[in-house]
Amino acid sequence: MRILILCLSLVFAFPAFAVQPDEVLADPALEARAREISRVLRCPVCQGETIDESNAPISRDLRLYLRERLVAGDSNDQAIQAVADRFGEYVLFEPPAQGVNWLLYLAGPVMALLALVLGWRFLRSRNVAEVGPTELSDEEKARLDKIMRD
Amino acid sequence: MIAELGHFALILALAVAIFQVIVPMVGAARGWSGWIEAARPAALAQFGLIGISFAALTVAFVTSDFSVALVYENSHTAKPMIYKISGVWGNHEGSMLLWVLILSLFGAAVATFDANLPPKLRARVLAVQAAIGMSFLAFILFTSNPFLRMASPPFNGRDLNPLLQDPGLAFHPPFLYLGYVGLSMAFSFAVAALIEGRVDAAWARWVRPWTLAAWIFLTIGIGLGSWWAYYELGWGGFWFWDPVENASFMPWLIAAALLHSAIVVEKREVLKSWTILLAIMAFGFSLIGTFIVRSGVITSVHSFASDPERGVFILLILGVFLGGALTLFTFRAPAMQARGAFAPVSREGALVLNNILLAVSAFVVFVGTMWPLVAEMLWDRKLSVGAPFFEQAFTPFMVALAIILPLGAILPWKRGRLARVLYPLRGALVLTGAVMALIFAVSTGRSALAVIGGGLGVWLVGGAVADLWLRTGSSGFARLRRLPRADWGKAVAHAGLGVTFIGISLLMAWQVEDIRVAHIGETFRVSAYDITLTEVDERPGPNYQATVATMKVTRDGRQVAVLYPEKRIYPVQAMPTTEAAIQNGMFRDLYLVIGDTQPDGGWAVRTYIKPFASWIWLGVALMALGGCISLSDRRYRVAAGARQSRPSPQPAE
Repeated sequence: MRILILCLSLVFAFPAFAVQPDEVLADPALEARAREISRVLRCPVCQGETIDESNAPISRDLRLYLRERLVAGDSNDQAIQAVADRFGEYVLFEPPAQGVNWLLYLAGPVMALLALVLGWRFLRSRNVAEVGPTELSDEEKARLDKIMRD
Repeated sequence: MIAELGHFALILALAVAIFQVIVPMVGAARGWSGWIEAARPAALAQFGLIGISFAALTVAFVTSDFSVALVYENSHTAKPMIYKISGVWGNHEGSMLLWVLILSLFGAAVATFDANLPPKLRARVLAVQAAIGMSFLAFILFTSNPFLRMASPPFNGRDLNPLLQDPGLAFHPPFLYLGYVGLSMAFSFAVAALIEGRVDAAWARWVRPWTLAAWIFLTIGIGLGSWWAYYELGWGGFWFWDPVENASFMPWLIAAALLHSAIVVEKREVLKSWTILLAIMAFGFSLIGTFIVRSGVITSVHSFASDPERGVFILLILGVFLGGALTLFTFRAPAMQARGAFAPVSREGALVLNNILLAVSAFVVFVGTMWPLVAEMLWDRKLSVGAPFFEQAFTPFMVALAIILPLGAILPWKRGRLARVLYPLRGALVLTGAVMALIFAVSTGRSALAVIGGGLGVWLVGGAVADLWLRTGSSGFARLRRLPRADWGKAVAHAGLGVTFIGISLLMAWQVEDIRVAHIGETFRVSAYDITLTEVDERPGPNYQATVATMKVTRDGRQVAVLYPEKRIYPVQAMPTTEAAIQNGMFRDLYLVIGDTQPDGGWAVRTYIKPFASWIWLGVALMALGGCISLSDRRYRVAAGARQSRPSPQPAE
């Protein structure tokens, strides 16, 4: 099923790598930050690729712009925000947890809580209602003894 | 002529499917045995007709009959034979034909092998199966006919997308379809049981082999796809959380939950309605996946397979089947009485927790996948949800699952004590602690991922070994050989999950990457390896032109490998691909990629050292193997379950 999406993403691909050697910053710490950020930014014209993986020219522009911002002294968040301001929130692979996006972030935990409560109530209902003592009652013991003696 | 024959066979298959929906269903309701028995020949005829149709399309591809539009669009005379054949399903129309072929194959299998299934149940199962087949046959005939002719046949074709010309991907779609469609079997059994109003241990035993088979196929299909992405895309990613991948992952998670809950139904006759619901949802998610992929609604920017008409059609199928089954469910589910009782701390309790964790994690993947669509429809916002979200939201559930798995696997049925199951696990616990300390020491506090993921992996593998050990009692190895295959399968599959955990977390935490310009004859150092680019030449391939680099890798002066990364251009589609050169190792993969030539005569070169990468797929293979071992258990052989159609209750403890 990946097939279709890949066909698409490559229609826009160019015969080039993702990150080119000439883009790499001299400062390894800064470059590491740039790579980390470029892994959470989406290539605006591809199918679900990050700008780190993408071969599209616009991704290269974004990577270069991002590095400019970092060299200029932006923090990671500022650099991400700068890119988002230009290209819209579409490029953020990690949607900011604000406004309606809270629904997205809370959906999992709320569902888990709900499921646990329902599951616990189900377990309780199976338990209290019917699990009898595992030991034999006196009457049963007496009967067992009788059977064993016979 | 042959294409028309295929088209005609497909129309006949639709007619047979309509017959197979109505006649057995009415027959089962009225108790007319002739009508009930009609299901079997109909299922076989449907399979035969779709088989003829598929064969006709294959012949058109193999003989490069470019008067058929689909062949022209997706094939070329210079393409190697294997890709001419895999080209049949490397496109929308052909893959839908493969989908219905597999659907009818499963129907024919039920008709042939499940000889001891009660005739009424079988008639209903086959009727539901035919209803699914009917809708997809109509979908193909009305919106995606693969046999359309061209008015003037062109001289040659436009070739298959070069990325798809790869052995890994040639077999990836058939396995996924076997999985998706296999889940339709569980769905058909669930709906048939709802119509009959009866779910018991025997039913669970009939459903389990089909679910298990579907799960095995999905496991293999997903594994192949991710392995292909790893070696083909040129940067060694193995999972991207894109909607198309999630479309196959959600059914896998639900199928895993279904497998486990079906065990509870079989052994203890509880969780019946939940199991039915899971069977419905598992196939529902397969249909949702189909919808996501075929309609193009999610990946909206440049949709190419997307065709609103097709999307609406699939949405309609989804609505009818999911809606119909769920409606039936609400009416019939309350009638299903649970029999067994058990304490919260027990195997049943652990399996309930397993189901909660798997189902909620599938829900998280679903919400994340659909969120961009919801946001666009309701608030007109174009946003993206990608790997960072899924890694945060999905991982906690997997961590919880891994912690409880070894405990739950050895808890006794009905009632257990945690303290008592911890004792046999003491070895695994100590080993886990030791490995976590070791990883912490080597990675000098760099990554919690490596420590936690690696530790959990060891805990899972150790737990699986302890499980087997416990089952042997004091009689030692002799007993180990005589254990039921289902027990072996369980331990192997659980250990496989652990191995995959180790692979994923250590790879992600410890990967080393290097990007540079290298000149011929130049040596550079990455991690502990010295890499020399010795030469680069041009070589022609069958339908492409390749640039091949020769790179020598040494470590401490000893040669480790000579690797030949390639770059290919496929002239027909004017498309480049990278063929990374990988040396697989037990503890690390060396991964080299050659790029473009630079203005100063050097070559762009990427080097990756990927620790424990092979473990990811080794674990996947173990999971599939565990499934196969379990499937071969005498109790679950397709015909065997039916032989004791009045099942004796399993001993609880």
